[in-house]
Amino acid sequence: MYGKGLRALSLTTALAVALTLAAALYWAPNDAYLGFLQKIFYVHVPLAIITLCGFVAAGLMAIAHLRTGDSRWDVRSYVAIHISLIFGVAVLITGSIWARGAWGHWWVWDDPTLVSFLLVMLLYATYQPLRFAIDDPERQARYASVFAVTAGVFVPVCFAVVRLGPSYVHPRTLDNVNSNLPGRMQVVFYLALVSMTLLWVTLWRFEITAKHVAAQLRALRGLLTEQADDAPARRSAAPTLTGVGSET
Amino acid sequence: MRRPRTLAVVAALLRAQLRLELRTFEALPAMCLFVVTAFVLFHFGLNVDALSGNLASGVLWVTLLLAALLAINRIYVADAEQGGFDAFLLSPAERVALLGAKTAVLLVYLAVLELIALPAFAILLLEPSLWQALPGMLGALALGDLGVAVIGALVGALAVRTQARDLLGPLISLPLLVPVLICAASWSAPLFDYPHAAGVAVRWPAILALYDALFGLIAFALFDFLVED
Amino acid sequence: MIAIAPLPLHTAGPYVAGAYIAFFLIVLAYVAIMAAKLSRNERTLRELTEQVRRRSEGGDEENGRR
Repeated sequence: MYGKGLRALSLTTALAVALTLAAALYWAPNDAYLGFLQKIFYVHVPLAIITLCGFVAAGLMAIAHLRTGDSRWDVRSYVAIHISLIFGVAVLITGSIWARGAWGHWWVWDDPTLVSFLLVMLLYATYQPLRFAIDDPERQARYASVFAVTAGVFVPVCFAVVRLGPSYVHPRTLDNVNSNLPGRMQVVFYLALVSMTLLWVTLWRFEITAKHVAAQLRALRGLLTEQADDAPARRSAAPTLTGVGSET
Repeated sequence: MRRPRTLAVVAALLRAQLRLELRTFEALPAMCLFVVTAFVLFHFGLNVDALSGNLASGVLWVTLLLAALLAINRIYVADAEQGGFDAFLLSPAERVALLGAKTAVLLVYLAVLELIALPAFAILLLEPSLWQALPGMLGALALGDLGVAVIGALVGALAVRTQARDLLGPLISLPLLVPVLICAASWSAPLFDYPHAAGVAVRWPAILALYDALFGLIAFALFDFLVED
Repeated sequence: MIAIAPLPLHTAGPYVAGAYIAFFLIVLAYVAIMAAKLSRNERTLRELTEQVRRRSEGGDEENGRR
């Protein structure tokens, strides 16, 4: 069952996130340079790290799909990219708010992390349109996996290249703040990292379970109405799951 | 039947595509016209008569990239629409030969394009002399074109058999080509300094070469999955 | 590092709050969309259950008549 353990996971996640927020706002000291504004980093940076790991993980799942042909890996990869895209939007928004607070502009080209993020998001934004543009489910899954692997390799490479880019003689503002974090701040930062990871995994499993249920319902309907599913299925970007008799 | 040597297959496919292009003139004239028009647009958009340094390098490379998108869209269309993929799959040749051939085709197109684009750029927009930049530019053009060709061949195969190929090709290629743009533009920028070309930082050739090699490997590893039926 | 004078609390506060709220809203929006899909599934399940019940009742009636 996909939903097994989901309740325990969700509760743990909720607890971890609540603890992180409380620690970030009440327990961690104010940064000497940036003051209270630095607290945005406890949300922004862990989200960024987890999003990137999520994209790379999706690439690894896509490799598994290409090697085994098992469509469950495709579903896992698809959902991983989906959740990471949502987190990525959060990264861009929180990063933009921080830039506005620190530099007075909603967007700065000075921060290599934000810029790399924009590129990565622009690439992954084409994932769903790509899937939607392919009718045959097997080919859709295969092409999507090729994309996920290519993009997964692109993520760390893009970060490396942008970092070396010519305009970054300026201080790397996020880096400078987050290296050498003193005691309490480091604790809160790692706590935030753990809770964002838990959140990602929870949402990932949650969505996979929801897809599984929807697939089972579709299969049930097919059995009960005794109509062959000849009706032209609406084109869909989502990977297909066979509902009946699906193992965990 | 003896399996044909991959290089021979690549050469044959390359010859076929170039012959097709010579007969139909689908891609190259459009690319050249696009490049010249783009320079005119930049003149009006930027409201400058002459460019040098960073700006010149940027305008040139962005224009070349966008023109390359036209080619990326076209090189697989004949195969997709007229059963070329199926014919190739039926042959005993290695699948990856198709990747090699399409990469070579893009390289040839880009080389021919640059024969037109560089003089046009020098005449219309460039402030310093093209000759000061040319020796250094050859390296940048070679590695930059290789990156565009490899990524274009991979993404073209991905996009051509979808319903929105004209949109997806550029949308997927461009983010992947940004590092190529960063490296190539940064490499060329000091060459266009006015009045004298400045030295090129050694890291740009190195990073660009690594990037090309990496995505060449990726394309090589994944291409089979794209041409399978 | 270019020294940025730390913003006073009353200026930085809204930005930090904005960032945390944005994050919260995004996750909440996702949960809301998943909840909508869940209620749609629930409705489908209800319709299917109804169909099965009608079919079994119809079958019972036929057996009863015979």
